[in-house]
Amino acid sequence: MSEIGIVLSSHVSELAEGVYKLLSETAPKVSITYAGGTDDGDIGSSFDAITQAIEENEADHILSFYDLGSAKMTMEMAIEYSDKTVELFDVSFVEGAYTAASLLSGGADYDRVIEQLKPLIIK
Amino acid sequence: MLTVENTKAWLLRFAEKVEANKAHLSDLDSVIGDGDHGNNMARGIKAMQEALESKEASDPADVLKNASMALLSKIGGASGPLYGSAFLDMSKQAKEDASDVSAIFRAGLSGIQKRGKAEPGEKTMVDVWHPVIKALESGELTTDTITDAVEATKPLKATKGRASYLGERSIGELDPGAVSSSYLFEAWLEGED
Ligand SMILES: Nc1ncnc2c1ncn2[C@@H]1O[C@H](COP(=O)(O)OP(=O)(O)O)[C@@H](O)[C@H]1O
Ligand SMILES: [Mg+2]
Repeated sequence: MSEIGIVLSSHVSELAEGVYKLLSETAPKVSITYAGGTDDGDIGSSFDAITQAIEENEADHILSFYDLGSAKMTMEMAIEYSDKTVELFDVSFVEGAYTAASLLSGGADYDRVIEQLKPLIIK
Repeated sequence: MLTVENTKAWLLRFAEKVEANKAHLSDLDSVIGDGDHGNNMARGIKAMQEALESKEASDPADVLKNASMALLSKIGGASGPLYGSAFLDMSKQAKEDASDVSAIFRAGLSGIQKRGKAEPGEKTMVDVWHPVIKALESGELTTDTITDAVEATKPLKATKGRASYLGERSIGELDPGAVSSSYLFEAWLEGED
C-alpha cells in the first residue's frame, strides 16, 4: 500500500464516485476516498463528508483534488480541522488525480508526483 | 464588548432575519447563481441555533466557534466555508480580546478573504463586510451604511464564485451573499441601541 493517499472532493456525488472508479482501476495500491455533493445528496460540498473521507483514508499523508472553487474552500476548512497532512492541488481534477494515482501505485516517490502534477495546474 | 449572552442574542437575531428572507435570498441567487443561497443559509442557521442552545460556551469565542462549525457543516454551498472561516477567525480574535468588536469583525473579513481570495468590487459578501467594518472602525456604522453597501453590489460584475461564470450577465442584481451578510450586521446594530 502506498504511504500517500488520495482524497477527491466534487460537487456531485456521481462525479466523485466516477473519478474514484477511474482511479481505483489504475491504482489498486493507493488508498483513495472521496466526498461528493451535500449531505442531502444535492449539488455542493459537505464539510462532514470531506472530513470523513480524510479520516477514513488509510494514509496520514494525503494528496487532495477537487472540481470547483467551493469544494476547494470546504476542503481547506476540513484540512484546518484535521490532524493529517493534507495537500491540495490546483490541477485539473480528473487528469491530476489520475496522474497522482497511477504514479503512486507504480511506486513513484513524492517529489516525482509533485513534478508531474505541476504542468497540470490550471486554477 | 462581546459576552456569551450578547453574542448568542446577536446570532439568534441573524438567524431570524435569514429565516424570514430565505425565499428572497434564493431568488437573488437564482438570478446570478444556482438559486440555493436561501436554502443553504436556512439549513446553516438552523444548525447554528441548535448548537447555540445545546453546546456549552464559557466565553464568546466558544459561541462563535460553535456557530462556525454548524455553518461550515450545514450550509453546503460556497458560503459555508466562507461563513465558517469568518466565524472561526472571529472566534480566535475574541479569544484574544473580546472587548474590541471592530477587531473581531476585521478578523472575520480576513478569514473570508483568506478562503475566497475576493477583493472589494468582485460582487461578493466582501463588498458588505469591507465598508461596514471601515465604518465601524471610525464609529460611523449605521443601517444606511449597510443598505448602501448592499445596493452597491448591483452594478458590479462578479469575478469570484459561481456568479463569475455569468460574466456581464451578473450585472444588475444584488449579490445574495452580500444580502445575507447585511443581516448579520443589521442584527448586530439592533443589539447596540
Ligand atoms: N470567493 C468568494 N469570496 C467571497 N464570497 C464569495 C466567494 N464565492 C462566493 N461568495 C459568496 O457566496 C454567495 C453564494 O453562496 P451560495 O449560493 O450559498 O453558494 P454557491 O455559490 O456554492 O451556490 C455569493 O453571493 C457570494 O457573496
Ligand atoms: Mg448558490
